[in-house]
Amino acid sequence: MSLLNHTATELLAKLESREVSSAELTAAYLKQIETLDPQVQAYLRVLPESALAKAKEIDARRAAGQPVGKLGGLPVAIKDVICTQGEVTTCASKMLETFVPPYNATVVEKLRAADAVLIGKTNMDEFAMGGSTENSAFQATKNPWNLECIPGGSSGGAAACLAASMAPLSVGTDTGGSIRQPAALCGVTGMKPTYGRVSRYGLVAFASSLDQIGPLAHTVEDAALLLAVLAGHDPLDSTSADVEVPDYRAALSQPLKGLKIGVIKEHFGEGLDNEIAAAVQAAVQEYEKLGATAKEISLPHSKYGIATYYIIAPCEASSNLARYDGVHYGYRTDEKAMLAELDAERAALVKAGQQQEADNLDTPLVRLYRQSRAEGFGPEVKRRIMLGTYALSAGYYDAYYLKALKVRRLIRQDYDHAFKEVDVILGPTTPTPAFKMGEKLNDPLAMYLEDLYTVTANLAGVGGISIPCGFTKSNLPIGLQIQAPAFAEAKCLQAAHLFQQATDWHNRRAKLQ
Amino acid sequence: MSERPYDIVIGLEVHVQLKTRTKLFCRCSTQFGLSPNTSTCPVCIGMPGSLPVMNREAFGLALKTAVAINCHIPEFTKWDRKQYYYPDLPKGYQISQYDLPMSEKGWLEISDPKGEFEPKKVGITRAHLEEDAGKSLHDEVAGKADSRIDLNRTGTPLLEIVSEPDMRSPREAKAYLTELKLLLEYLDVSDCNMQEGSLRVDANVNLHIHNGEGQKIATPIVEIKNMNSFRAVERALAYEAQRQYEVYQETGRTIGQVPKQTRGWDDQAMVTRGQRHKEESSDYRYFPDPDLCPVITTAAEVEAVRNNLGELPAQLRVRLESTYGITPYDSDVIVSQGRPTVEYFVTLAEATADGKRASNWVQQEVLRVLNETGGAISDFPVKAAGLAVLVKAVIDGELDVSRAKEVFNDMVATGKSAAAIMQERGIEKVDSSALKALCAELLAASPRIVADVKAGKEQAVGAIVGQAKRKNPNVSPGEVRAICLELIQEM
Ligand SMILES: [Zn+2]
Repeated sequence: MSLLNHTATELLAKLESREVSSAELTAAYLKQIETLDPQVQAYLRVLPESALAKAKEIDARRAAGQPVGKLGGLPVAIKDVICTQGEVTTCASKMLETFVPPYNATVVEKLRAADAVLIGKTNMDEFAMGGSTENSAFQATKNPWNLECIPGGSSGGAAACLAASMAPLSVGTDTGGSIRQPAALCGVTGMKPTYGRVSRYGLVAFASSLDQIGPLAHTVEDAALLLAVLAGHDPLDSTSADVEVPDYRAALSQPLKGLKIGVIKEHFGEGLDNEIAAAVQAAVQEYEKLGATAKEISLPHSKYGIATYYIIAPCEASSNLARYDGVHYGYRTDEKAMLAELDAERAALVKAGQQQEADNLDTPLVRLYRQSRAEGFGPEVKRRIMLGTYALSAGYYDAYYLKALKVRRLIRQDYDHAFKEVDVILGPTTPTPAFKMGEKLNDPLAMYLEDLYTVTANLAGVGGISIPCGFTKSNLPIGLQIQAPAFAEAKCLQAAHLFQQATDWHNRRAKLQ
Repeated sequence: MSERPYDIVIGLEVHVQLKTRTKLFCRCSTQFGLSPNTSTCPVCIGMPGSLPVMNREAFGLALKTAVAINCHIPEFTKWDRKQYYYPDLPKGYQISQYDLPMSEKGWLEISDPKGEFEPKKVGITRAHLEEDAGKSLHDEVAGKADSRIDLNRTGTPLLEIVSEPDMRSPREAKAYLTELKLLLEYLDVSDCNMQEGSLRVDANVNLHIHNGEGQKIATPIVEIKNMNSFRAVERALAYEAQRQYEVYQETGRTIGQVPKQTRGWDDQAMVTRGQRHKEESSDYRYFPDPDLCPVITTAAEVEAVRNNLGELPAQLRVRLESTYGITPYDSDVIVSQGRPTVEYFVTLAEATADGKRASNWVQQEVLRVLNETGGAISDFPVKAAGLAVLVKAVIDGELDVSRAKEVFNDMVATGKSAAAIMQERGIEKVDSSALKALCAELLAASPRIVADVKAGKEQAVGAIVGQAKRKNPNVSPGEVRAICLELIQEM
């Protein structure tokens, strides 16, 4: 069995027993990336020199009997929306093509302290907006299970690099499903922790009240290993919760008795693929076989999830992305050409006797803003900036933003009620399996429905995990979503682990040449 | 009181830079005058991925101020983003407070010691916290139209205090600003330096014109900016009132017929000028900042702040007047100098048991010297206790006021005590029998004067007083005069 087919937990044991060195392991992954990534295009940038240097440094420490961190030299891929000091961080946008943060995100600091080897930055939808990774300004990542299909998004690179065994662990972000949905479509395990569980400091904001960093891995055990490093209160993030982080790996070894499962009625309605419905039903039966009791529950306001999300997220995005104006941050249009064009426009208007129009032309500064943003952002980002700007405008605020906040509260209450009856909530992660590239590119609404089952967790702030629970006839992975109450990640991981101990869907890897 | 055919209606917006060590949402220093862009970090320059964390110290200073201006402090307050594009605003929004400010509905009492207007309470609509923007430095030398941005100031905590349109003259506006500044100084929450920008004032002004039929017609509201001193505010308001009246007479335009205008004060030309209105300035698309948590302030916390305010100017004036018997004018002068001067005065008044005399000495001597030297009272070489010894000597008749002032000047110049200087100058109280003997001797030598006095020309005794002072500079003129008159009667 190839080294790369092992789980991160197994590899960590090999590193700790010095059966394999971090440098060897890192080199093996770099080789795999070199071989397969030209097809998959999961990485925007690979960091071979710094990764190998760090791996060797960890190996030397281990050889000298000095302490080594929790991740012990395991390579970790990082979504390119998380700031890495001295390394370009693009958010897959032309806007930030050359942005080099002078600081590390808190999670990057934590990963470094835990002796992770940062192997590369993964592709994503521009500014994490999208569900297919086709919105990247640089490349479209392919689904390793079928290269004609999308890997999901926005953390498409983060999920695809795992599916193609190009990393043992990867860090993604989830605003409306951006970890869970690609995890489902790529057949890996991906968790969105409770809002506030992981520091957002250094995560380039899309929608601040929804964004959350989380782990992607092959197994629940691996995800628990990585989450333990990422989680924890951060004084640099006011919204990070000062709640104790339990020992997630230890929790997995605890027996889980009398688990009460809620199956969401609303998630089995129109739009759900039949094969997915069957696989999820089978998973519920599997749980019952394992001693859990299942009951149908309702999240009555979940049908408003997408509408609510597509008000709140664009509102926050329109504000968070204002700083990319070509003055302080981001791409700047060719100023000389811009000024010349402006002068020409003015001259033409004056010549035509339209002095009033000439006077009303943009000032050079305003034109600089307009043109830099027009050229620097992709269409989906612009769409959301416009949606948000509109919804926050005078006269519309109450009807859209304020109303959305009210519905958000109702959705949160739905979860509160449900969790009074059950420990975890089960359902499909996505309505459909991975679709063909380009299929929904011109149908934003269809793309938005990809988040149908995942957005409510972000709106309510609770955590959720997606784990593989089967395959379609055309051999595309199917994801099972498990949601747990706020800060009950341990319970969520335990429930998911229970399933993985009884099934082997998570052990399958895409076969690529 | 006014003969004008209109009332001036004035509301003021005051931005106060709070005296914190670090900025409102990051740990950068707020020190003034550092070289450009050196006091910055990812947070205050809005670097992608950075997040704000509220500075508790800033909130504490804001709370103290809000309580001192009699504001109601809601239990819940939150942060909002005010969104607009400007080169000195790196995030594309300013973190401010919109619909739920940290304080509202307060007042500040103003009065004029010269009685030019009746004392009144000026309403305070709200006081809220926000972060300052950076500074744009426009360098248009040689037509290069180069603009440079200094982001050191970005993120400095500002308290915006918005008054009700309760002021009716430029003089009242100035009194409000003076009283507010004094209060802020007593609270020690701001440097209040208009030159350095730690206190900034914008004014909203319009007129209510009497139409002669008992009705009042409001003119369009104008906001005046760029006023760099309280005097400038007073002048700009006076100018603007006259200008608005003239415009009204010309155009007849009333409020609502034209949008609110912004005008800048030109201190050289002494005029206000219309400013080009900012692009899309009308819709800031405020919404709650999702990066920050709301702030909860309990009633107990507000009470604790209230109990620790110390004695504030208005209370101090009343206490000085009632305890030491000084006039409102005098108490105003002393209190306006700040807490150390008040303490100086109180020590002096207590030690001499003569408030009026203490007030005179502080105002005519101590403050005069400080004015001349530009020093602070804390560094003044003559401490209140030391001055008290001298003033008491005057009260006890050991020396007269004019000699005492000479002694005082020596004390300031040398730092020596009153006793030491009086000894050096040979100043001592003349024994009463010796004084009587001296008077008798001088009267015996001047029968003319004795005769004049006896004839009713009492002022003739002044010549004897002069002679006595020449013989012994320590004699008290008053005493000499009294003794001489007594002796003459007995003759
Ligand atoms: Zn800073």
